[in-house]
Amino acid sequence: MEHEIEHPHVLSRSAYVAVWAALICLTGVTVGSHSLELRHLAILTIMIVATVKSSLVLLYFMHVRFEKPIVPIMILVTLATYAVFVILTFSDYSFR
Amino acid sequence: MSSELATAHRVHEAHAPHRDPVGLKIGMWLFLFTEITLFGTLFIAFAVYLHAYKLDFQAASGELNVPIGTLNTIVLLTSSLTMALAIQALQRRDKTQSILLMGVTLLFACTFLVVKAFEWNAKFHHHIYPGSEVLLLRPRGEIVFFGLYFTMTGLHALHVVIGGIVILFAVSRVRKGLTSADRPEFIEYTGLYWHLVDLVWIYLFPLFYLIS
Repeated sequence: MEHEIEHPHVLSRSAYVAVWAALICLTGVTVGSHSLELRHLAILTIMIVATVKSSLVLLYFMHVRFEKPIVPIMILVTLATYAVFVILTFSDYSFR
Repeated sequence: MSSELATAHRVHEAHAPHRDPVGLKIGMWLFLFTEITLFGTLFIAFAVYLHAYKLDFQAASGELNVPIGTLNTIVLLTSSLTMALAIQALQRRDKTQSILLMGVTLLFACTFLVVKAFEWNAKFHHHIYPGSEVLLLRPRGEIVFFGLYFTMTGLHALHVVIGGIVILFAVSRVRKGLTSADRPEFIEYTGLYWHLVDLVWIYLFPLFYLIS
């Protein structure tokens, strides 16, 4: 156990560069869809692309993919708690 | 249970100074969750007001400079790459390259802040700033939009500044050998913080700049 912690999974340089290239491409997709004026899709597209990008950052740059299960579980609990905030706020707001 | 813990503690003390990398990591993530909640509540405020003043938000968003925002997005994403590579270099025990890459990360951080400063300055010239009398004459939704814009990008920029300072500490620790391939916690958590700053910008940029 100790051994595993002290020598974490080392990704190759090219793997990091590949993740970065994907992030730049996805930025291009968002900006591109904006300039093409795909308006009715706008917010939904923005949120989907941003979530894909943040997943890449979390999984690879922040190494969540190579962590013990406790880290991803904690992240999911946080996101679920945040979802409760969002749902409660909007259910309150919608029925005013 | 407590006797087990006590035994474990004694064993640790006998072999090496007490270290708990998993505990440290969990602590760092808990701190990051408070940051997510901080920005998260602001994003909820943004969502509610976007819902309430959709047209005003779209009009105000059109006034932000998309090419400049895109440039800053690329700068920040690239700084995340160089930070990740700095940690990877240290894992490979290449101290010099690690320090060099953190230096590059700091350069990108400064670039981001300078670009942001020019952007804010341009808005100030058009009398768009919180409490500006010219701004207060505009529709309510636009006032709220710019209020959230300055609050959220300002809070984000503050995080970039703090992240930059922490990276400076990491450079000094790596140089002195306090942080190394065998004790990488400090640089790893600096990286986590830096990527979180990037993560927030990933949502900030399109929601403010691209909804027009």
